[in-house]
Amino acid sequence: MSEQHIHVVDTTLRDGSHAVRHSFDREQVAAIAGGLDRCGVEFIELSHGDGLGGSSYTYGFSKVDELELLKAAAEHVKNARLTVLLLPGIGTIERLKEASDCGASAVRVATHITEADVSAQHIAAAKDLGMFVVGFLMLAHMSEPEAIAEEALKMESYGADYVNIADSAGYLLPEGVKLRIEALKRALRIPIGFHAHNNLSLAVANSLAAIDAGAAYIDATLCGLGAGAGNTQLEVLAGVLQRKGCETGLDFYGLMDMARDVMPPIMQRPQVIDTGSLMLGYSGVYSSFLLHVYNAAERFKLEPRDIMMELGRRKMIGGQEDMIVDVSYQLSQNRKH
Amino acid sequence: MDRIKAGIIGPGNIGADLMYKVFRSKYLEMGMMAGIVESEGIRRARSMGVKTSTLGAAAITGERDIKIVFEATSAAAHLNNAPLLREAGQIAIDLTPAAVGPYCVPCVNLNALSHEPNINMVTCGGQATIPIVYAVSRVAGAEYAEIVACISSRSAGPGTRANMDEFTETTSRAIEVVGGAERGKAIIVLNPADPPLMMTNTVIVRVKDRSVPADRITASIGEIVAEIQKYVPGYKLRVPPIIEGEKVTTIIEVQGQGDFLPPYSGNLDIINSAAVAAAERLAANLLGIPGEEPSK
Repeated sequence: MSEQHIHVVDTTLRDGSHAVRHSFDREQVAAIAGGLDRCGVEFIELSHGDGLGGSSYTYGFSKVDELELLKAAAEHVKNARLTVLLLPGIGTIERLKEASDCGASAVRVATHITEADVSAQHIAAAKDLGMFVVGFLMLAHMSEPEAIAEEALKMESYGADYVNIADSAGYLLPEGVKLRIEALKRALRIPIGFHAHNNLSLAVANSLAAIDAGAAYIDATLCGLGAGAGNTQLEVLAGVLQRKGCETGLDFYGLMDMARDVMPPIMQRPQVIDTGSLMLGYSGVYSSFLLHVYNAAERFKLEPRDIMMELGRRKMIGGQEDMIVDVSYQLSQNRKH
Repeated sequence: MDRIKAGIIGPGNIGADLMYKVFRSKYLEMGMMAGIVESEGIRRARSMGVKTSTLGAAAITGERDIKIVFEATSAAAHLNNAPLLREAGQIAIDLTPAAVGPYCVPCVNLNALSHEPNINMVTCGGQATIPIVYAVSRVAGAEYAEIVACISSRSAGPGTRANMDEFTETTSRAIEVVGGAERGKAIIVLNPADPPLMMTNTVIVRVKDRSVPADRITASIGEIVAEIQKYVPGYKLRVPPIIEGEKVTTIIEVQGQGDFLPPYSGNLDIINSAAVAAAERLAANLLGIPGEEPSK
């Protein structure tokens, strides 16, 4: 039997953007994107953490505009596909065209796990631009396997080249990942991908569960840099997949060197599972909320985990960072009474 | 008292809710509900004693006593219908993204539009948030304004879903043109929670003049909220203005009146209520009744 090929999608410069509060500059991007390209990474995702057009009060302003960063990356990327994320409702087709002009040749169009139909227009427009297009379903723990398959089928029908599900809250256990990927495998003709968060220390294990269930595309980031407790750690994944006998085309030693030499000066905080990240995974809250919750906890003098539990109870989804202020305000009012 | 006859093109959910609001109006009465095919909406209107037609705009323009027409179809349909309505001397109140005429947010700029043959009602999120942007910009200026509208998935129809960019782009533009911000940004999120969430909107404005006292900004917002509540009773502040330096954050909730659509459809209620409020003012003008001046 030939080795199973796994396509690795690096999202250090997109999901990792949350962990550095969207402060990447051109030099950092050039070093990371150039290095990843040399290490054989197939897809390098770069945009504001909340996707194209995400720079805002609500999600945090980018220090350097993502289009400038795309141009900086494009100069150093020879083989990989420069990829952007787009959430309909935040980013627009107009912005996607600009990103394409700056060198992006792939886009992941992301919606909440139950709302695939809002991606039809953007997937079609991306195909018209000649891009490689991925349907990206977020907060996969909030829906059941068969219902997820129905949403994924819609994205397939719109023209997606593969469909990715994201455990955006880092909530799923390996069994939950397996059931979801298997349901997609049964329903779809196109390949399946998986994006993990490490809030319950399961990112690598869940990625393996996804591969065993039939996923062919796996997301990862250098040093695990990403929202919440971060993502699947790329250099670890490279080693693990080599041990497992999967073919990735990745330079394991080169990635370890990047993690050791390039990343530490860029990172603003250790990428660990602190109480806040653990609570995200435990209560099923979108990982990007973490640093915004810390800000609000300080501003309203609250315990971060109380805010997270309430966000989870209210079933807030990706993009609703504004509701962190709402929840914090209501909690602080209740305390007064 | 005399009432002005209104027509509605588009007998879907929006059209039906508009019809119920017209029934409640002091100055308006239903002249016709028009669609292009026999439908549940047409039958509903007929069963309530409203004249109906399946010949669309052509039927409405043939009714000489209809003076005001709500367009609750699609942008493409309104682009076709707008010239016909204009030729027939009927005022068009456009609830589609076509935006043939100027944007109207009643509590902000209705007075300036009273002679326009065609006004556009922006978007649901625009009706909910632009008044707040305006309330800040009129006292302290607005360098930048950003809004996040969250609506229940169940309240987002196929038109909205198929064209999210239309919402974000139209709302952003109207934040600038009507709200008075130098730069506008709009974000929309559809939340599938069950039971459905009420429509919530966050408005964040970066003021130009930081020397304006916080209580003046808060008072200006309070005044505009009272204005909106006259036509949208379910409009309320969830989080009163939080002012941190140049940044003003306000969160509002819109509960619908439940005329035809459920209360969680505050997004549809507010755009329909705004459309009817605009129509009532125009009708009052036609009837020679002096309207109360909205606060400026």
